[in-house]
Amino acid sequence: MKLHEYQAKEILAKYGIPVPPGKVAFTPEEAREIARQIGKRVVIKAQVHVGGRGKAGGVKLADTPAEAEEVAKKILGMNIKGLTVKKVLVAEAAEIAKEYYAGLILDRSSQRVVMMVSREGGVDIEEVARKNPEAIVKYPIDPDKGLRPFEARQIVLDAGLTGNLNKLADVLVKLYQAYVGVDAFLAEINPLVVTESGEIIAVDAKIDLDDNALFRHPDLAKLREVEAEHPLEIEAQNYGFAYVKLSGNIGILGNGAGLVMYTLDLVNRVGGKPANFLDIGGGAKAEVVYNALKLLSKDPDVKGIFINIFGGITRADEVAKGVIQALEEGIVKVPVVMRVAGTAEEEAKKLLEGKPVYIYPTSIEAAKAIVAMVEGKK
Amino acid sequence: MILIDRNTRVLVQGITGREGSFHTRQMLDYGTKVVAGVTPGKGGQEVHGVPVYNSVKEALKEHEIDASIIFVPAFAAADAALEAAHAGIPLVVLITEGIPTLDMVQAVKEIKDLGVRLIGGNCPGLISAEESKIGIMPGHVFKRGKVGIISRSGTLTYEAAAALSNAGLGTTTTVGIGGDPIIGTTFKDLLPLFNEDPETEAVVVIGEIGGSDEEEAAAWIKEHMKKPVVAFISGRSAPKGKRMGHAGAIIMGDVGTPESKVKAFQEAGVPIAETIDEIVELVKEALG
Repeated sequence: MKLHEYQAKEILAKYGIPVPPGKVAFTPEEAREIARQIGKRVVIKAQVHVGGRGKAGGVKLADTPAEAEEVAKKILGMNIKGLTVKKVLVAEAAEIAKEYYAGLILDRSSQRVVMMVSREGGVDIEEVARKNPEAIVKYPIDPDKGLRPFEARQIVLDAGLTGNLNKLADVLVKLYQAYVGVDAFLAEINPLVVTESGEIIAVDAKIDLDDNALFRHPDLAKLREVEAEHPLEIEAQNYGFAYVKLSGNIGILGNGAGLVMYTLDLVNRVGGKPANFLDIGGGAKAEVVYNALKLLSKDPDVKGIFINIFGGITRADEVAKGVIQALEEGIVKVPVVMRVAGTAEEEAKKLLEGKPVYIYPTSIEAAKAIVAMVEGKK
Repeated sequence: MILIDRNTRVLVQGITGREGSFHTRQMLDYGTKVVAGVTPGKGGQEVHGVPVYNSVKEALKEHEIDASIIFVPAFAAADAALEAAHAGIPLVVLITEGIPTLDMVQAVKEIKDLGVRLIGGNCPGLISAEESKIGIMPGHVFKRGKVGIISRSGTLTYEAAAALSNAGLGTTTTVGIGGDPIIGTTFKDLLPLFNEDPETEAVVVIGEIGGSDEEEAAAWIKEHMKKPVVAFISGRSAPKGKRMGHAGAIIMGDVGTPESKVKAFQEAGVPIAETIDEIVELVKEALG
């Protein structure tokens, strides 16, 4: 789950990391009032769950409260990569002397949380990783011990950061404490700023939380905003499906993430374009399949559906029952192609006999068939 | 065969739960030697004739145990795995899905330090065909034969096993290592075991997008593998930055792309199957 910058900064502040004074505003008037309270030059930043806000014009400076109101008026309601800006952060503009990067990520290879620090901050860290990888210091943290001050100081020195060594190291130690404290998946400060007067401030921050651990943080779980990129993704969440909206026109449904990914690959390979990823999971009953088809039928892009089932724990006849119900209730109005194999395959085929469903013995044949049908309809 | 056979004595943690009880029945029917179960607070009961204990230690007082399979809910699953490892069970299979990631970081480290092998979490377990199943896969699709399988996906594993079995090649041991970003055992941990297993003549590696486990496996194969390996990668058409069902199946920046995995396997001389049926053809070719 993604947090907004202002929420991430509240967490960092709670763990003792200095952040610029500021508050979130929902209206231009509120922005003006916050700017007045700060009494200095402020920066107004769109709070949306996408990167590249600055380039999109969602981050601007204001010298006076009146200007803050004006700028906030422009940013609020702005559309950034498909998301509407509903709130802005109004914060004191820092006097930047140097910009660094500090981040914590989960590293699969070392199976640890890794601290990454770079003297090249304020820019996309993936860009730095590509162009100048030696400018990033990576340090895997022992989960038993955490990040200790002596380790943090060494990271600061190795990364070539200049400024107050103890204060910089302290930010790293506290960033790790915050990461563990909220069960984050990713936590980064970019830029970590050293000001003209030598202060160290987290000027921008990003925290993604581990969905699996949200049950331990009911206060943070409440921050979830229904702001998925597509309304069907929200509905799928309510059903408990793993669903991703894609740009094509063939609805895909299968049991098991690997099988669904494979099905997408096959459809692509034979020249089709999948409209979605939809995994109904293991052991799905007829009702689940019925709901999945209901969901796919709400997508106006879907011109045909490919159901790919390999019965293991999932019984193919249960899937067939769900498909038949959806067909008989007239929910599905586009051609349906199925491939069924595995547990209860014969029972499923018997149930589907005479029904308006095309059944193929292999995934590749089914993929070719649905692509031909959908393309033929154009 | 690797890791398990018909003599492997198995403990089921979370045996009184719905999943634990259901799969205990399935494992018993397959012929797995399930000797005991654990559910804290429910010691003294029986599930399908299997005695239930309050703790792993208690179970070990009465039984010899070689492996444990865990069906404990996500919030307590890593703790259950640690309990098994600290009690000295050498093989721990963690089926549970949705375990907090930092719990896994801690558990994987601690369990490794204890010298215990952890498989999973969020995995279907493992099966030595016609010998023993410590997992949730449909046993009937695995016919005894000569191919070892290691896979990050559940359903695709069953597909591949069924295809290999139907083609008369069959399988030795199949290990589902799980779809999470932090897992106890990866491809490169299991390849050496298959390399030394006299029964296994070829190995199929079923990978997917996300992470760099496939690249690390390819590097190991290039240096050490004596037997033919065939690879398969799912999610090759997936968009960047989108989580495709599995928590680990996500391309982050330049890490985890299918191109990188394909290249790594090609450099290691490992043929890559484009479809499940092609896995069978490539294994046949490799075995001559």
